[in-house]
Amino acid sequence: MVEWTDFERATIQDIFSKMDYESVGHNALARCLVVYPWTQRYFGNFGNLYNAAAIMGNPKVAAHGAVVLHGLDRAVKNMDNIKATYAELSVLHSEKLHVDPDNFRLLADCLTIVVASRLGTGFTADVQAAFQKFLAVVGSALTKQYH
Amino acid sequence: MSLTAKDMATVKTLWGKISSKSDEIGAEALGRMLTVYPQTKTYFAHWADLSPGSAPVKKHGKTIMGAVSAAVASIEDLPGAMSQLSELHAYKLRVDPSNFKILSHNLLVVLAIQFPSDFTPEVHVAMDKFLSAVALALSEKYR
Repeated sequence: MVEWTDFERATIQDIFSKMDYESVGHNALARCLVVYPWTQRYFGNFGNLYNAAAIMGNPKVAAHGAVVLHGLDRAVKNMDNIKATYAELSVLHSEKLHVDPDNFRLLADCLTIVVASRLGTGFTADVQAAFQKFLAVVGSALTKQYH
Repeated sequence: MSLTAKDMATVKTLWGKISSKSDEIGAEALGRMLTVYPQTKTYFAHWADLSPGSAPVKKHGKTIMGAVSAAVASIEDLPGAMSQLSELHAYKLRVDPSNFKILSHNLLVVLAIQFPSDFTPEVHVAMDKFLSAVALALSEKYR
């Protein structure tokens, strides 16, 4: 069972309640595809990913970024039960999508960078710690059903 | 994943923009690292005060950024430029190299916070590659 402090709970709820899911999702996924280009292996049917501009302007990237963020929302709304909440998604990522779980960490790092740039000095070290812990728990839950 | 000419140019350009604040960036990144990754505090048990913004953290952030600055200046030969620091880290400090990645990540977070419009995905990838190359050069002498 993951233990959350009051500060951590409040911080996660606060960050996500103010977040533009579409914009953050788009930017985080696009950044991931640029900074870690091998992640493009999972998006063979997305069309033009040839350079940073193409990736940023690609509508499929934008749409999928939003899908991923809305998926994260499930954890935001079920912080005390993330493992069970993601059981199905974990099976999906393992059995159908065949995603190397290391990628969850790469996307989490990009999400951290995007949120940091949006919140500016509001993204204090303590807020960063809570946010990264949350993403690590999600990554762990998504990896749980891999075998 | 070696640095291309474009990467080197990108890093130097960004460095030009941020170098006046580099001490502050270093202190902030170090402070964040100690808070967000508490296991890194084990390397600084000899400091009186490990809190962000403390004197030892500020001083050491400045030291680190001085070395990163020197690395930018010698970006074409990082192993050569970092040889002495590599010996220091290998034989004396014996910092597990996985921690270089952790500090690098926190440096990138600080850059994203303080220079949001400059820290585009393309600049991000060049800086990430650069810091990885620096970390590799620092690990050269370990074994």
